[in-house]
Amino acid sequence: MSGPSLMDSLFQRTLEDLIKGLRQQLIGEQAFISKALEDIRKEIKSTDLSTKSTALLKLSYLSSLHFHDMAFASFHALEVLSSPRFSHKKIAYHAISLSFHDSTPVLLLITNHLRKDLTSTNEFEVSLSLQCLSRIANVDLARDLTQEIFTLLSSNKLYVRKRAVAVVLRVFEKYPDSVRVCFKRLVENLENYDPQILSAVVGVFCELACKDPRSYLPLAPEFYKILVDSKNNWVLIKVLKIFAKLAPLEPRLAKRVVEPVCDHMRRTGAKSLLFECVRTVVTSLSEYDSAVRLAVGKVREFLVDEDPNLKYLGLQALAIVAPKHLWAVSENKEVVIKSLSDADPNIKIESLHLVMAMVSEHNVAEICRVLVNYALKADPEFCNEILNSILSTCSRNLYEIIVDFDWYVSLLGEMSRIPHCQKGEEIENQLIDIGLRVKEVRPELVRVARDLLIDPALLGNPFLHRVLSAAAWSSGEYVEFSRNPLELMEALLQPRTSLLPPSIRAIYIQSAFKVLVFCLHTYLMQRESTTSSACPDNLPSGVSASVSYESFDGLSVEDGGDAAVTHGLTSTSASMTDESIVNLLNLVEIALGPLLGSHDVEVQGRARNVLGFVDMTKLDLLNPSAQEEKGLERKEVEASKTIELMHDAFSEELGPVSLTAQGKVPLPDGLMLKENLGDLEMICGDIQLPSSNSFSFGTPSNEQKVGVSFSNLQIKEDFEQSNESTSLLAEHRKRHGLYYLPSGKSEIISNDYPPANDHTSQGNVNDNSDDLAKLTEESLFPKKKPNHAKPRPVVVKLDEVDEKPIAMKKPEAKDDSLSGAVRDILLGSEDVIPTSSRSNLSDKPSSKRRGKEKQDTDPHVESKENLVDDGNPNSRRRKHRSHGKERRHKSPRKKNAEEREDNGQKEKEKSTHRHGRHKSRQRADELLNVSPQTPVIPDFLL
Amino acid sequence: MGIRFILMVNKQGQTRLAQYYEWLTLEERRALEGEIVRKCLARTEQQCSFVEHRNYKIVYRRYASLFFLVGVDNDENELAILEFIHLLVETMDRHFGNVCELDIMFHLEKAHFMLEEMVMNGSVVETSKTNILTPIQLMDKAS
Repeated sequence: MSGPSLMDSLFQRTLEDLIKGLRQQLIGEQAFISKALEDIRKEIKSTDLSTKSTALLKLSYLSSLHFHDMAFASFHALEVLSSPRFSHKKIAYHAISLSFHDSTPVLLLITNHLRKDLTSTNEFEVSLSLQCLSRIANVDLARDLTQEIFTLLSSNKLYVRKRAVAVVLRVFEKYPDSVRVCFKRLVENLENYDPQILSAVVGVFCELACKDPRSYLPLAPEFYKILVDSKNNWVLIKVLKIFAKLAPLEPRLAKRVVEPVCDHMRRTGAKSLLFECVRTVVTSLSEYDSAVRLAVGKVREFLVDEDPNLKYLGLQALAIVAPKHLWAVSENKEVVIKSLSDADPNIKIESLHLVMAMVSEHNVAEICRVLVNYALKADPEFCNEILNSILSTCSRNLYEIIVDFDWYVSLLGEMSRIPHCQKGEEIENQLIDIGLRVKEVRPELVRVARDLLIDPALLGNPFLHRVLSAAAWSSGEYVEFSRNPLELMEALLQPRTSLLPPSIRAIYIQSAFKVLVFCLHTYLMQRESTTSSACPDNLPSGVSASVSYESFDGLSVEDGGDAAVTHGLTSTSASMTDESIVNLLNLVEIALGPLLGSHDVEVQGRARNVLGFVDMTKLDLLNPSAQEEKGLERKEVEASKTIELMHDAFSEELGPVSLTAQGKVPLPDGLMLKENLGDLEMICGDIQLPSSNSFSFGTPSNEQKVGVSFSNLQIKEDFEQSNESTSLLAEHRKRHGLYYLPSGKSEIISNDYPPANDHTSQGNVNDNSDDLAKLTEESLFPKKKPNHAKPRPVVVKLDEVDEKPIAMKKPEAKDDSLSGAVRDILLGSEDVIPTSSRSNLSDKPSSKRRGKEKQDTDPHVESKENLVDDGNPNSRRRKHRSHGKERRHKSPRKKNAEEREDNGQKEKEKSTHRHGRHKSRQRADELLNVSPQTPVIPDFLL
Repeated sequence: MGIRFILMVNKQGQTRLAQYYEWLTLEERRALEGEIVRKCLARTEQQCSFVEHRNYKIVYRRYASLFFLVGVDNDENELAILEFIHLLVETMDRHFGNVCELDIMFHLEKAHFMLEEMVMNGSVVETSKTNILTPIQLMDKAS
């Protein structure tokens, strides 16, 4: 591409042409812009600076509003910058501040341009370059131009000085060493009475103090003065922000500022300042009751205001104050609850947070009732927001606030029926968690689960599938509490379960298995208790029972299901008739038969298990061909034995196990846990994860018995498979024994649900297991809350689970160096005396009195702070309430004696100034905090 | 840093002015502006003027067909920012005389300079209309 010709330059489009063209273009905006960019690329190569600058201007426009990269023009921008004409410079600076960043390659070349303009006599040039520097300064620029900035900080042109002050923030950030040069001048500007300068300086300190408040404590007197004297709301807001950061660090400071802040709160007409005062009080001065009351009063005004902005902010302020002063929220309860139906989603969310903050164990039921009603009416998003906060609040600290778990479980059931509910997963977790942890709630849990399972409509809602899986699991696991297991069975096997995803269907089948075993067991018990004479003879449907399941197609499944439903209603667990058992077995066969061909292995495998079991029991228990008394007796015994075993296996209690329980198992000798873990990955490749519903047979003795009876029964298909896999596993174990825990630990099964352990069988397992059991038991402790009308049930708790790792936030290195530099400047690092010698020097009442509050800062810093006093020249005229400031202007080497005298004088002055009330408090402090070892910090506000 | 960015967007969602006080790439800007505009323009008059987005708080106000959106840090005073927006509009009003979208479109550079007079490094440095406009008029004369 060649440069533009003279004609091109003459007829160059101006920015205005470009904008007009852009508005009127007919060829499409993108096409027009790319054409314009083409022109710009040519024009910007022009040697004529006017053409070049116009091109740059157009490019800046396109870049900032149409997102076109202008990195290619960086060098051209520098060329325009070197133009002697101010209008060109202006364009160039604009382009540069828009497009340059830390990794722009030509950034190195700009230093001299900036330096030249910073020292220019034209204040606008200086201002432009300062403005630019505030946007693009990197380490190099900040370092190289520190001197110029330093000079400008005391410029007599306010316009320039103001900008120099503002730019300092960026320079400090990028190059902390510049603090040593500039900080003193910056502080001098703090004493400036010009409002322009003041607002710039306060802005800078506000930002600095946000990052590291402690370093700026020595400047508190200056800030205090501004707080009291300034009439500019912008400045006051910034100063309040600074105090909000400083006050928590220094209780005496908080005590001093609380009055002026309240004054502003009472007097000001500006809502912004008022709100800042409120926020300062609620965040940092919340120990001062009168101030908080005043602030909450103002918040109430905000809350009842028409303006949604004020309402929103009022709610936010309440949210800040809530943890410490809950009464503030309770006082405004009506407004808060009413805001739940506000037109603005942001306001709704804020009020929801507040409502949740009010929840306690006394009112949780009422509040949840109100919220659920709101959720029913709310839009989907807010509805789930509500559900989420109910779930998280109620489950906090292991359901700390829940006393009546029956109520909570039914609430969970109710919540899952809310049309927009998408919190299935969380509800699932809580249902199971509560089931595991709270024994007393299980009957109610089963009832709730039954209600959920039995409703065929719920199966159509994919968001509910997780809830249903929890319901299915708990109804299977705690089937003994069910009033009507047969009905439960029908619910679990209803045809619409085909809508469930396979993983959840597998849980349904497994639960059906458990229910089945329970029913059969009950039946047998019954028969045993009554005289067992007549039962097998009265089997009318015995013949049909032998019908093989292959003959059922989909339709007959449906029929069977329906028939079973009508039947199920009449039966109860109390009377398990022969007929009902036969129907039950038929139902299982009909429902699960087709699943033998399922593509999902989980579903198929489990269905096969159940059907195998049905087959076996049916043959033995109900087969009419085996009418022969003797044979029946024998077989029945075997069948009942099997059922007994299965029942025992299923009724093993599952309990929660701490996440760290495994870690507490002592390491057996010779086991190298960390060795060769690389191989493990390869080995693990062929191991399937345990299924989510797997259960253990518990005690080894049980296992043995099962094995025996299985072999006796000769029911092969399924169990052979399992034997086969067991033998494979055994082989694997033999080969890779290193990676197996000693036998007997197999109770711990990693699970979708909270890891479970059967602690009923802990007694009779081997030694290693014993240890584990003991440890588990140790970690389980019941938690009881006395003095309730209805005693709170025991919630099984694991202590370690609740421990949260305390994240130590490391301050950034850069901030460190910045604040370090600031401290050095403020506190005079050149005079650092080792702490030990310092404590020798300061064994003097006035110094001792100051050893307060700050024990936690490191001694190095304290010793520095300490020295602040050294530099207080007596000759300096004292200003009202601003002693601290003078402390900064120190002459480096002062005699100790002088310091002492100085302190004494200050003390005197203070006591006359502050009168008796404070004096006595200080005395008290003195007594409380006298400790010669404590390093000393200066008294800022006396 | 206080103010992180200032946007002026018309009813159709076209950006008319964008000033950032921290470096974002063009793509980040495009995404951010899109998200914010979508979020804020959908809101009604009855709703409050504050929206939380990513780690910003957006304070916005609508004047005729133009939305003024200011992205601030979380602890910035929202009401003060609203006042700042109003001040900005008043200042532009005084300079352009009944400012409208077209004024800003055709004098984007000037609008930027006004902002630069008011805000530096993300904090408001000047709040007097006269102080803001005098240098701009002088610069106009100088160039």
